[in-house]
Amino acid sequence: MHRFANPARFLRIAKPLTPALFWLGLLLTLIACIWGLFFTPTERLMGDTVKILFVHVPSAWLGMGGWTGIAIASIVQLVWRHPLAGVAARAIAVPGATFAAICLITGSIWGRPTWGTWWVWDGRLTSMLVLFFLYLGYIALSNASSEKGDTSRVAAVFGVIGAVNIPIINRSVVWWESQHQKASITLGGSSIDTAYLVPLFIAVVGFSLLFGALVLMRMRTALAEMRIEARMRRMAQG
Amino acid sequence: MPHAPFIIASFAVTGVFMTWLIVSSYLSMRRAEASADALREQS
Repeated sequence: MHRFANPARFLRIAKPLTPALFWLGLLLTLIACIWGLFFTPTERLMGDTVKILFVHVPSAWLGMGGWTGIAIASIVQLVWRHPLAGVAARAIAVPGATFAAICLITGSIWGRPTWGTWWVWDGRLTSMLVLFFLYLGYIALSNASSEKGDTSRVAAVFGVIGAVNIPIINRSVVWWESQHQKASITLGGSSIDTAYLVPLFIAVVGFSLLFGALVLMRMRTALAEMRIEARMRRMAQG
Repeated sequence: MPHAPFIIASFAVTGVFMTWLIVSSYLSMRRAEASADALREQS
């Protein structure tokens, strides 16, 4: 792992990888959205609103996956002092928060025609809202000081502790009587018809690749800003 | 209740948020890397 701790080596990999992830992700996302919007059948109970699935589910996946990434990077930062792990965790925060927000908004829009309400305080929706607020807290903590040393360690601890919400979101529809439907895709299989499952899978892959490109862009920004700061400090000293 | 406005709104929200995220991240990266390169050449 420490082989990739060198920012120069990381940049050699990240520079060609960023456009590759971006363009492939964009292509798959567009294919999935067009397929989902125009070439999937109307669902028996939900009608055409089922098409919201193709943006809601990938966003939920990335909102939760983003925090899982922050937690893993934070552990690596705290335990192994990997210099890029803190940069990666901070780079994930804004995209993760954005996808959590997209998930909440599209879920609310979907709720109105299917449940008859924009919002209910049930386990799934509330724990997802908590995740969004955790992201805001993490972003505020990591931006709190330009001197990143101690503050980023506090943010890393917050990132690890906040991960307790991820299994709560996942199990919320099982633990509490919920307006939200039970999990349709589990490790044991899927109850979704293949007419929806295939474009949904493409959407999840496409969104994930775009998320990867965004994280790389933000990591490259952070590394460039660190280089500028270090050079300015050297120039001021000498 | 017509479903089309809800579907359009969901896709529009997703598109606007993702476009903002991609454009802002890309421009920040370009700006920061250009500044770092300029500073390196300067010194």
